[in-house]
Amino acid sequence: MIKSKSHRPGVLFYRILRYISIGAAALAVLSLAAVTIYVLVNGTGKLSAELMFGEYDETPSILPAFVGTLELIFIACITAIPIGVASAVFLSEYTGGKGKLVRAIRVATETLAGIPSIVYGLFGYLVFVVTFGWGYSILGGGLTLAIMILPVIVRSTEESLLAVPAAYREGAFALGAGKVRTIFKVVLPSAASGIVTAVILAVGRVVSESAVLILTIGMVVNKVPENVLAPGTSLALDIYYFASHGYPDQAAATSVVLLVFVAVLNLIAGGLGRLLKRSAGGLK
Amino acid sequence: MESAYGLIRTKEAFMKGLFLLCAVFSILALVTITVFLLVSGIPFIAETGVGEFLLGLEWAPLADSPAYGILPMIAATLYVTALSVVIGLGTGLFTAVCLFRFCNRRLAVVIRQMINLLAGIPSVIFGLFGMTVIVPFVRDYLSPNGVGYGILSSSLVLGIMVLPTIVSVSLDALNSVPESYYEGALALGATKEQVTFKVMLPAARSGILAGAVLAIGRAVGETMAVIMVIGGSPEMPTGLFQSVRTLTANIAMGAMELSGDALSALIATGVVLFVFTLLLNISFSMLKRDKTAGKSKGVLNDKK
Repeated sequence: MIKSKSHRPGVLFYRILRYISIGAAALAVLSLAAVTIYVLVNGTGKLSAELMFGEYDETPSILPAFVGTLELIFIACITAIPIGVASAVFLSEYTGGKGKLVRAIRVATETLAGIPSIVYGLFGYLVFVVTFGWGYSILGGGLTLAIMILPVIVRSTEESLLAVPAAYREGAFALGAGKVRTIFKVVLPSAASGIVTAVILAVGRVVSESAVLILTIGMVVNKVPENVLAPGTSLALDIYYFASHGYPDQAAATSVVLLVFVAVLNLIAGGLGRLLKRSAGGLK
Repeated sequence: MESAYGLIRTKEAFMKGLFLLCAVFSILALVTITVFLLVSGIPFIAETGVGEFLLGLEWAPLADSPAYGILPMIAATLYVTALSVVIGLGTGLFTAVCLFRFCNRRLAVVIRQMINLLAGIPSVIFGLFGMTVIVPFVRDYLSPNGVGYGILSSSLVLGIMVLPTIVSVSLDALNSVPESYYEGALALGATKEQVTFKVMLPAARSGILAGAVLAIGRAVGETMAVIMVIGGSPEMPTGLFQSVRTLTANIAMGAMELSGDALSALIATGVVLFVFTLLLNISFSMLKRDKTAGKSKGVLNDKK
């Protein structure tokens, strides 16, 4: 007599595992969604013009954090983008991905990517606050963040450079262009969508980061920084400050601002990537 | 003519040198970070005594006779990391399997994109969520002693945080298993569930392990989310519902107020954390190499 498949003992066990895995997926989606929804629902009602744009006097305001965050993004980007893109150009255009030096560079980038942010914070503290004698400053924080986002930019830029067809380069060489001209006029523009996406994702990391900043920019929440050498704060740091210093409502409201900021960056990265890809496709 | 060529050649060489310089910057940065940490941290460890620093049970940097033992912090870090990875891996692995085979394809794509998007949520927001939702919940419903802050809360928060990493790496690993394995096992009479759990999952194990190591790295290094829910007493962990302090929390909590010797103690804590993550990095790259080796073997088998 042939038993039907589902009555064999092992079969039932694995069928149960299947339902467990469906349950786990539901749990995973739910728990991650719960964080987002909770923050939005809990915080949106607590947003106020005073918190967003007011003076920091009796009532807290996140205006200094806005300024600080923008300055951090600016400093980190103008430092990390040129170095990161040039580094990726070297790896993909000049080496063919082989050799001892390339391996050393790759190991270094991977290791940098794995270092915890608080260790970057300690490093930034030792270098910029102590050794350079700047004290807590936005410039020091921004430069530390630049080193932190460098691996992200190098890796994704290199990927998009490698995706540029070899025929583009050969075509440029055949027309008499040198290597440098080919890189700047052909390779980099064709890889623009990937590079822009990488940069925006890196900006997302700058905006989200806070552990580095505790040790480097000083968490001065109540004053708009006068210049980049002044101590300051950022949106993420403000959330921590509000939450741990008895302003739960302000922390909730600031979280909404930060979450929207990050979401918009992600949307721009996706949209811009698609747009540039389409226009690059038109070139073909 | 010749001078023009010479000019171009100089320009080419100059730009190549510039690109090289930028590429070497990563190595330079890594070396600088290592040197700065070691130079500022090692003398302190040597002065305190390696054994006393790593195995000392008491952390009291501001006492009259200060004690700098970080064993409680190391233990708490291991405890919290292990628990959060178990939570994250348990849920994440099954989630990946579900998205891989037991789920509508279109829905799986949407869920995956959603999970990737959620990976970008700032850690401080996870911390706030933990502080305002998980900690009160643990305090009111689970904790026998009325303490919400501590190991269980931190592990839950970190477990949610490492989920996206585990799901996406495991899913990639499952997707890179050759489809012929699946078809072959089906042809031998196994059910869809049996194939998935007994053939596909073991075939993807090195990739999944690499994902787990990545998740461990994130859990060990996470600071902000942890300091908001961990409590912060530098005590030896003995139970789930107890305020403790991890290595990262130790650095972040002490950093704002300490100076002198106590500050060197924090940097020394950073050195320990740095060595921890280096070891994790090495095991991750070894696993990855293993994975690519396994994959090429799979291709060879396919050709036969």
